[in-house]
Amino acid sequence: DSHLFPFDNLVCILLGISFTVWFTLLLVFIIVPAIFGVSFGIRRLYMKTLLKIFEWATLRIERGAKEKNHPLYKPYSNAIIAREPTSLEQEIKEIRRSGSNRDFDSASEFEMSDIFYFARRGVESIMDDEVTKRFSAEELESWNLLTRSNYNFHYISLRLTVLWGLGLLIRYGFLLPLRVTLAFTGVGLLVFLTSVIGLLPNGRMKNFLSEKVHLMCYRICVRALTAIITYHDSENKPKNGGICVANHTSPIDVIILASDGCYAMVGQIHGGLMGVIQRSMVKACPHIWFERSEVKDRHLVAKRLSDHVEDKSKLPILIFPEGTCINNTSVMMFKKGSFEIGATVYPVAIKYDPRFGDAFWNSSKFGMVNYLLRMMSSWAIVCSVWYLPPMSREEGEDAVQFANRVKAAIARQGGLVDLLWDGGLKRGKVKDTFKEEQQKLYSKMLVGTQEDRSRS
Amino acid sequence: MGSRASTLLREEEIEEIKKETGFSHSQITRLYSRFTSLDKGENGTLSREDFQRIPELAINPLGDRIINAFFPEGEDQVNFRGFMRTLAHFRPIEDNEKNKNATTSEPLNSRTNKLLFAFRLYDLDRDDKISRDELLQVLRMMVGVNISDEQLGSIADRTIQEADTNGDNSISFNEFIKVLEKVDVEQKMSIRFLH
Repeated sequence: DSHLFPFDNLVCILLGISFTVWFTLLLVFIIVPAIFGVSFGIRRLYMKTLLKIFEWATLRIERGAKEKNHPLYKPYSNAIIAREPTSLEQEIKEIRRSGSNRDFDSASEFEMSDIFYFARRGVESIMDDEVTKRFSAEELESWNLLTRSNYNFHYISLRLTVLWGLGLLIRYGFLLPLRVTLAFTGVGLLVFLTSVIGLLPNGRMKNFLSEKVHLMCYRICVRALTAIITYHDSENKPKNGGICVANHTSPIDVIILASDGCYAMVGQIHGGLMGVIQRSMVKACPHIWFERSEVKDRHLVAKRLSDHVEDKSKLPILIFPEGTCINNTSVMMFKKGSFEIGATVYPVAIKYDPRFGDAFWNSSKFGMVNYLLRMMSSWAIVCSVWYLPPMSREEGEDAVQFANRVKAAIARQGGLVDLLWDGGLKRGKVKDTFKEEQQKLYSKMLVGTQEDRSRS
Repeated sequence: MGSRASTLLREEEIEEIKKETGFSHSQITRLYSRFTSLDKGENGTLSREDFQRIPELAINPLGDRIINAFFPEGEDQVNFRGFMRTLAHFRPIEDNEKNKNATTSEPLNSRTNKLLFAFRLYDLDRDDKISRDELLQVLRMMVGVNISDEQLGSIADRTIQEADTNGDNSISFNEFIKVLEKVDVEQKMSIRFLH
């Protein structure tokens, strides 16, 4: 059995060499630039190449479908039915007028045809509604070689299948291990270094080092996702004593923003790995973590937040007022808590480019680990971040109106639909008050005309 | 392939639905995509809960009655065929269809069938008559707590008085059609597709 020995040796040497080469490449091309915040431009080149390949793939599929003479499944990004924005009152009056045997306008108090309004509106919402589609991933028009987003798979030619297979190999065989290594490095460094910095006495040195460490580790994580981010209007970046609010699509939002600036995070303390990270982060600089029981106490939450913003030496707070992840086609209701504190609000809009990988976290479908694996096996995460000019609550404006104003600004900048619906509808039922409003409106139509009648 | 359309509709099924409902190929595939996105249990059928999850439908005062229209007597699940059959009532009546051969059975979106859909919203026990009691119940759903029992009662009485021609104190389908003969049913009970 000694003749295995030289072979063994050779394998060991080869492994050692490849490991060293691998690690050096990693260090030079990824980690060092992350530390200094520079970029070689490799990711952008990668992105351009991918786009060309996707275009080609989509054309092939369209050709395949044409050859077989089948209409292609085209996903709808906009509405499928025409919905008129007429009010309840307007429409019921119209219905009554068309069937009226009488001469005077809407004089009847109730017509059996009134039900048409409710029937049609109801069936319209069954065919297409504004809310439920926001809680599932957006559908793409072109194919990006990911099985998970292909609806026309029986039009794939041999060439395309080979390309897809190659893509699979690259993504799972090369990109995924690389990214996982980076992720572990980034997170590990974060935990270790922040704990070390926590030993220092409070002061300017500690803050300076803490900022640098946070930025570096987040940048490594950005590369772990191959995130290609374009920041716009950086002159509006959030300052100390302010609150940064952004639309929420995924947990990655935090990494994207925190790799370009330093924030104080807000959230509930978790157990497990997340908890370890949270506890070590707070040693280096003051983040705001709540125990599970404290989260319900709105006064406590508000007090801690306002205490934090009053201390101008502390970093701006980062908050996602929607409270849940939305699929990045719309912005849903902002919870008013962060808008009641009276601090300057720095709105930020984040828009992902879905062609390279869908960043939306559908928490009812995928757990966190599953989600991260999907992210790391996509081609890339491409997004744009816009820093909007700071806003403050105006005279005579209450917290809800202020929140809506900020939401509208974010929606406009990001090209997202501005919705009044609560993101909590992802899991919960809609409040009865909305139905009661409709009933009240309709009742006015029945009772109102009775008053007119008694007058005439 | 884990995508939504892995349970794609077969071409034959699409053709059958086309014949039965009159929807076009692309409309059927779009509505199928909608159906599967509502089907949280991923078992090919929708339950009442699946419909109630649509916020805009949940706040509709007659939401429950409309949901009921999708489920045949005594059943709790509706499949895609049933779903499309009910939705077909709201297809607009195109001009060229009005002259189609009279030998085929009446299309689901005819004026009469649209009126039948509305009639069934009132007819709670499905006995083909709208009694005073049923009318009161539906009115109560539409107005909530904002109108008193007496007022609502007199509205119901007046409505039945005007519609009832054979004196049985309830509204039959024919009486219903007569009352609404001038109403623009075709337009008001139709939903237009953008494609």
